[in-house]
Amino acid sequence: MLYREAGQFKASYQEDQQIFPIRQDKLGFIAILGFFFVVLPLIASEYWLQAILIPVLIFSLAAIGLNILTGYAGQLSLGSAAFMAVGAFGAYNFILRIDGMPFIVALLLGGLCAAAVGVAFGLPSLRIKGFYLAVATLAAQFFIVWALVKFPWFSNNSSSGVITAQHVEILGFAFDTPVLKYLLTLAIVAVLALVAKNLVRSTTGRGWMAVRDMDVAAEVIGIRPMRAKLTAFAVSSFYCGVAGALYAYTYLGTVEPEGFNLDLSFKILFMIIIGGVGSIMGSFLGAAFIVLLPIFLNVAMHALFAGSMPAGLGSNLELIIFGGLIIFFLIVEPHGLARLWQIGKEKMRLWPFPH
Amino acid sequence: MMMNDMASLGDTQTQAPDRHIGDVILDLQGISLSFGGVKALTNISFDVREHEIRSIIGPNGAGKSSMLNVINGVYRPQEGEITFHGKVRKDMDPHRAATQGIARTFQNIALFKGMSVLDNIMTGRNLKMKCNLFEHALYWGRAQKEEIEHRKKVEEVIDFLEIQSIRKTPVGRLPYGLQKRVELGRALAAEPTLLLLDEPMAGMNVEEKQDMCRFILDVNDQFGTTIVLIEHDMGVVMDISDRVVVLDYGKKIGDGVPDEVKNNPEVIAAYLGTSH
Ligand SMILES: Nc1ncnc2c1ncn2[C@@H]1O[C@H](COP(=O)(O)OP(=O)(O)O)[C@@H](O)[C@H]1O
Ligand SMILES: [Mg+2]
Repeated sequence: MLYREAGQFKASYQEDQQIFPIRQDKLGFIAILGFFFVVLPLIASEYWLQAILIPVLIFSLAAIGLNILTGYAGQLSLGSAAFMAVGAFGAYNFILRIDGMPFIVALLLGGLCAAAVGVAFGLPSLRIKGFYLAVATLAAQFFIVWALVKFPWFSNNSSSGVITAQHVEILGFAFDTPVLKYLLTLAIVAVLALVAKNLVRSTTGRGWMAVRDMDVAAEVIGIRPMRAKLTAFAVSSFYCGVAGALYAYTYLGTVEPEGFNLDLSFKILFMIIIGGVGSIMGSFLGAAFIVLLPIFLNVAMHALFAGSMPAGLGSNLELIIFGGLIIFFLIVEPHGLARLWQIGKEKMRLWPFPH
Repeated sequence: MMMNDMASLGDTQTQAPDRHIGDVILDLQGISLSFGGVKALTNISFDVREHEIRSIIGPNGAGKSSMLNVINGVYRPQEGEITFHGKVRKDMDPHRAATQGIARTFQNIALFKGMSVLDNIMTGRNLKMKCNLFEHALYWGRAQKEEIEHRKKVEEVIDFLEIQSIRKTPVGRLPYGLQKRVELGRALAAEPTLLLLDEPMAGMNVEEKQDMCRFILDVNDQFGTTIVLIEHDMGVVMDISDRVVVLDYGKKIGDGVPDEVKNNPEVIAAYLGTSH
């Protein structure tokens, strides 16, 4: 009886077009924001902040990026990690080579570099679709990692392309503790998630989805498929690029091109499949799920076998469970956890009187 | 079935067009289109006048859909000329056709399946919405105002088509007849001057057909929209059309007001000769 929209009438289209038209949803969302911004920094351990919360946020951002391209615009990509690498190495070089470069600006410029590279590798999408496009983005994945290793300029002549992120400072204030890095990451991810939500509920997003669902009909109604696809590649790669820069600056500190390999691209793809293709919230759920699952399994194993765990069982079990879940979601619920959440809410709305 | 239709045609009272039919706005001359060896259209000429309902009929495979595709540039004919609003061209281009006020529906429903009814119809407004990606990103000020302004227009279309109760439903979940209606809504949201309808009533029951017929007549009457209609139901065609073109095997075999066409021996032969 708590979750109801009865009695909440929309007096204007503006009210109806809000992100959360139902009051309980809005309050719930504010509560979640409060929890993440205020409560967690007070109670979470350094381990939780640095090893779990920060990567979940960063992967969520990358997953939003891939979701824009694949979930909303319907263009399959296996190059997300490479675009992350462009963002990381881009931001690194801007800070390295330009005196007094502000961190946030470098982050955005890194994202813009990724956007430009994304558009370049998105050009084949104007001619090819589906599987063949996936292969073309695979080429981007290998080429970019190869180029970052091959040309020492990108890593300031370090061996095998390893870079160490400079200290993060904004307006003279150093973000050097896990709590501060977490809050910085959270703020950036929250703002960019809102921007993504705005994009997908406006003409830009409708253009993406129209091209995804039926490109001839989209063209006939005046949408330019070419522009829709390329803006999707640009925005998507921008998000991956910023995620990559955060990956270097607030998460790992030291990264190498090989760290942004195909495995990572697939990991992000699995996040959107499990979380929900075509859902911003699903991107968060999928990222959290994939970061937390191995940790959860590990703990469960130790409890079960009490130290006498057979070697390799944990990681094999992880693979089996991942594989099973991916197949489950692909076949049974292509809209992922986000859809399950939606169904749960619809049930709540009717509960306890389902008729 | 078609024979019965033809037989009953004599009884149908042709509606006298009391609307003001204007000048020729679309003129097709000597259009030929082929796919590899298949000739879909051979040397076809006809025109469309402002405010009229112009039907294209003919057996399956006659080239009717190809004709619509030529008019809005989805197909490019190998020969012929298209004059639209006085401008002569070899072929059209879908985007240019849209900007010049041509909208259409498809024979096989071509809705955006993953989007709601509202969003599908909103796409019809896209050419009239001027904000850019950066304004959309902020969804503030001009972008928000624009969204609301166009939502109002879309709600008018929704009211007109009497689909208020399904506006938030994903179109993939709707029954066939309603999907056809939503597709008409998307085209109407563009406020076209020329509306191309490819078998809008195919596969509908009698009641749905009546509704669709009423919508088409109302669009034509209230908004003055010129309509090119492909339809198999002869009763409907003869009832609501101002003029009819008849195609058979990619060739034009008849053209005129319904009464002329009905009594054209070549047309009757074409229909009797095919088994539908
Ligand atoms: N895209 C296409 N590729 C190849 N052949 C086509 C294509 N579109 C139409 N045709 C052919 O053109 C002819 C006319 O088809 P169509 O215009 O769909 O007829 P109608 O709408 O009158 O049933 C048919 O022989 C059809 O096979
Ligand atoms: Mg056809």
